[in-house]
Amino acid sequence: MKESDLRFARLLVLINCAVPAALLGRDAWHHQLGANPVNFAILTTGLLALIFLLLTLLVTPLRKLSGWNWIIFSRRTLGLYAFFYASLHFLIFFCFDRSFSVSGTLSEMVKRKYLMVGATGLLVMVPLAVTSTNAMIKRLGGKRWRALHRLAYVAAVAGVLHYYMQVKADVRQPLAFATVLAILLGYRLVVYWRQRKSVSAAVTSVKPKPEV
Amino acid sequence: MVDPMKEPAKISAREVTSPAVYFNRRNFIRTGILAASAVATGMVYRRLNHVATGEIKTARIEGLTTAATNDVNGFRVAEPETSLQDITHYNNFYEFSTDKEGVAAAAANFETKGWQMSVEGLVRKPKIFGLDEILKISPPEERIYRMRCVEGWSMVIPWAGFSLSKLLAVVEPASDAKFVAFETLLDPKRMPGQRSDVLNWPYVEGLRLDEAMHPLTLLASGLYGRALPPQDGAPIRLVVPWKYGFKGIKSIVKIKLVAAQPRTTWNEAAPNEYGFYANVNPQVDHPRWSQATEQRIGESGRRPTLMFNGYEEQVGHLYAGMDLRANF
Repeated sequence: MKESDLRFARLLVLINCAVPAALLGRDAWHHQLGANPVNFAILTTGLLALIFLLLTLLVTPLRKLSGWNWIIFSRRTLGLYAFFYASLHFLIFFCFDRSFSVSGTLSEMVKRKYLMVGATGLLVMVPLAVTSTNAMIKRLGGKRWRALHRLAYVAAVAGVLHYYMQVKADVRQPLAFATVLAILLGYRLVVYWRQRKSVSAAVTSVKPKPEV
Repeated sequence: MVDPMKEPAKISAREVTSPAVYFNRRNFIRTGILAASAVATGMVYRRLNHVATGEIKTARIEGLTTAATNDVNGFRVAEPETSLQDITHYNNFYEFSTDKEGVAAAAANFETKGWQMSVEGLVRKPKIFGLDEILKISPPEERIYRMRCVEGWSMVIPWAGFSLSKLLAVVEPASDAKFVAFETLLDPKRMPGQRSDVLNWPYVEGLRLDEAMHPLTLLASGLYGRALPPQDGAPIRLVVPWKYGFKGIKSIVKIKLVAAQPRTTWNEAAPNEYGFYANVNPQVDHPRWSQATEQRIGESGRRPTLMFNGYEEQVGHLYAGMDLRANF
């Protein structure tokens, strides 16, 4: 892929990921968020955060299975948008549901376990966002950077769990998210096992034969 | 004159598209792709995440009177009414959809013609009523009640109906009747939400007899001066303003007077979260969230939740000496 095409693809992803936020903002401005606008905005941004987390985790399997190596360019953007929507989700809760009250937010978090789980998901995304720049990758070194960024799995699990825990009775949607996440993480497990097996097989094959 | 057989004219260097124009063309296409994809994303977003709106065209209720107000009966709360739009497009009615904004559309064509309601059990005069017969029992009154959902939001709704006690007087409860059990229509063809087993259908609810006989307990057939729209429980529903909204069973087909406490749907679904009484109580939290405050629909910020939803004066005596933490 040519550098200019890649730049364009990056722009394409950047703009499209911002579309939901723009429409949400527009609807809020025009008072078109329905009967319970705060809840609507919280739910919407939460779902968007989950969707972008899953999309981020989809990049690597898709790249490996399809051979489209170039799509790796989108991973950072998607991940940062996941963080963006999750932060927005929390900020709307903090500002409009808790009326900017730190103590109100903390006391609510202590009472509601799913808020703790959600907050965990958001917090582990902070170091990922901070270390998302090229300079940081270089500074940390590829190996350490990759290890750190496995926290994305924690964030996704926490996010889906956070959603599942608060649903009153209809768990179909959270379960759908959980299923997709299980597939994406399952893929990684399979790859990991296979690699370990082939590595140990390689090790066995070079083992010197015991002398008779 | 141009001769087509003539050797084509050489393309002069001047005619070659200049790089600037060529790249402009490319930029033009790219801008197009960008715009088209953004529009497509926007359409997907709108499709998946729409807000419900629509008009309510149910029949006007004839002869609606204003409930006699005095300071103590609680029949007309002096708080701004929630808009008809919001009351009819933000509903918990799992028989149609578990999406509060999706109920109105899913229930739009719900047919209630020929509706019957059986009132039976421990009564002297059991009877299957046609809807008209029920509506004739007592002239409809407008009652303005607070409605507090267990999820932490609330409305103020101008209902039309009459006290349930008037219906019960017609069938004459027997002396051994201690509770009243209610049942919603079971018909997955007309109520598509019943095709999935999110809850154990049909929806059932119950009240203690003294709760059912309380003048605030309303058998409602309308709101905002119109017949109940399907999404709000057409054609006839229960309203118990001091209890969480889920006690207000909708689209009732059966009322049965019984001796023992009847089972209730949400209590069966999650016994540790939803009790039989389900009285609004800011001091007793839901296991997963606080009940101390509520989001009044149409307002910004949360307001404190009132004991018995502000009807303590009227109903507090029903629970005198009862442990409300144990009997949530």
